[in-house]
Amino acid sequence: MSFHPHTEPKWMRTAFIGASIVFVGVLILLPVISVFTEAFRKGVSFYLASISDPLAMSALRLTLITAGVTLAANLVFGLAASWVIAKFSFPGRNVLLSLIDLPFAVSPVISGLVFVLLFGAQGWFGDSLSRHGLQIIFATPGVILATIFVTFPFIARELIPLMQEQGAEEEEAAVLLGASGWQIFRRVTLPNIRWALVYGVVLANARAMGEFGAVSVVSGHIRGRTNTLPLHVEILYNEYNFSAAFAVASLLALLALVTLLAKAALEWRIRAEERPAVMEE
Amino acid sequence: MPRLRPHSVIPGFGLTLGYTLSYLSLIVLIPLTALALKGAVQPWAQFREAVFDPRTLAAWRLTFGTAFIASVINAFFGLIVAWTLVRYDFPGRRILDALIDVPFALPTAVSGIALTAIYSQNGWMGRWLQPLGIKAAFSPLGIVIALTFIGLPFIVRTVQPAVEDLDPAIEEAAALLGASRATTLARVIFPALQPALIAGFVTAFARSLGEYGSVIFISGNMPMKTEIASLLIVTKLEEFDYSGAAAIALLMLVSSFLLLLLVNVGQWWSTRHLRRVA
Repeated sequence: MSFHPHTEPKWMRTAFIGASIVFVGVLILLPVISVFTEAFRKGVSFYLASISDPLAMSALRLTLITAGVTLAANLVFGLAASWVIAKFSFPGRNVLLSLIDLPFAVSPVISGLVFVLLFGAQGWFGDSLSRHGLQIIFATPGVILATIFVTFPFIARELIPLMQEQGAEEEEAAVLLGASGWQIFRRVTLPNIRWALVYGVVLANARAMGEFGAVSVVSGHIRGRTNTLPLHVEILYNEYNFSAAFAVASLLALLALVTLLAKAALEWRIRAEERPAVMEE
Repeated sequence: MPRLRPHSVIPGFGLTLGYTLSYLSLIVLIPLTALALKGAVQPWAQFREAVFDPRTLAAWRLTFGTAFIASVINAFFGLIVAWTLVRYDFPGRRILDALIDVPFALPTAVSGIALTAIYSQNGWMGRWLQPLGIKAAFSPLGIVIALTFIGLPFIVRTVQPAVEDLDPAIEEAAALLGASRATTLARVIFPALQPALIAGFVTAFARSLGEYGSVIFISGNMPMKTEIASLLIVTKLEEFDYSGAAAIALLMLVSSFLLLLLVNVGQWWSTRHLRRVA
């Protein structure tokens, strides 16, 4: 760009741009396109039949329920954690911050495994659960727990840095003016963090709906009962029902594309809100 | 006893701290402790059998080897892509930039079946590789391709800000001192980007070690040949060998924790070091 007077010779620039486009095009764009072409390989009516199949619908239902519960749980946690970390200073705050990030370092299969070790037939609580007729592993609660685990840090991680940056002065002023805790949160804090909150929810939602490894370990793949959309894709694929697998996969790919668009729009929005503040300085 | 409650007029400290700690313990700490205990508290012979028998050893070699190769490929191309995205203006730059995030957003099972379709022998890429005698899907190469796919954003998104933060003055100084552009790139700019590149490399590598969804479709999952460590955990679980699964998982978890710790310490060290130099 113009503000870098000492730039590379033209041949080198062309080579770098060409290499980038070819590499990203082949590695990333090609698979995305192939999802949609494979999905429609047997025609539109086969596509529609595949995605409206009762088993696909029940997988969609479980995916939506799981994402809903997960987001609600992690949203409440994200708000509580960011409130305590950003508005107060207490011993062990940095340790708490690192612990919240912990699930990011745990691979998907292990994220499912930990709950099998606790609640599985031979797990710590396996016996007492089965005595009470409760089932967590190979049932919906296990799917939800594993999904909560893998998306655990998403919302908190968006809120904490923002709230730390904003400080506690506005809330302190509200206290002095006689506002209650709930009023402060509703009227002062929430308006300041709403876009970051939506941003975190969008990212967490994409992961919650698309999670495969962790859910695969705890679900037991019971069709029509504990199958989420990604697991349904796997089953169809392993039955060599490729077109149907890609049809269901195209829904998830669409979700990913919508997520990226929403992410871009929110980033633009958040930047636009920050700009006037910069100009005031 | 030291006073835990901070001096603040803002309400809700006890409530939010209590909730945060309880939820964190229930969802994260207790389950991870269960894994650590289940994995570590077992006879040494049994642990060794689970973690170092020939089939598991082959899986370790494959997992670490393919993750390493994929991360090297990504370090090379990721550096070029990050540089191109920040420094050059060309039609389609924004689309290229947006595509980098696709592996983050696309569910891994979807990437897995899409890559398999492309690289199997009738696929868009496979049909060109087949005559050359290159078997991509259902071979270690397929695993490398899948891990390259999921690892790229980690490198690009780590290096990109470092390119943006480069001080133009050092490039100008190098040019004024008579360095050619190639020399400036190799001797001035590359060393400045190195910490970010290494951090991105290690993060991508750590992430690749545990990758599951995008790999298991394209790998073919043949024991001793194309079976990754994550899949072995699943296999052990299906055989109700909880201790064996936990042993492998514990070793994997410890390796990725150590790698990520390395990144954090490295970043902390390099910011301190740079600050001292400045």
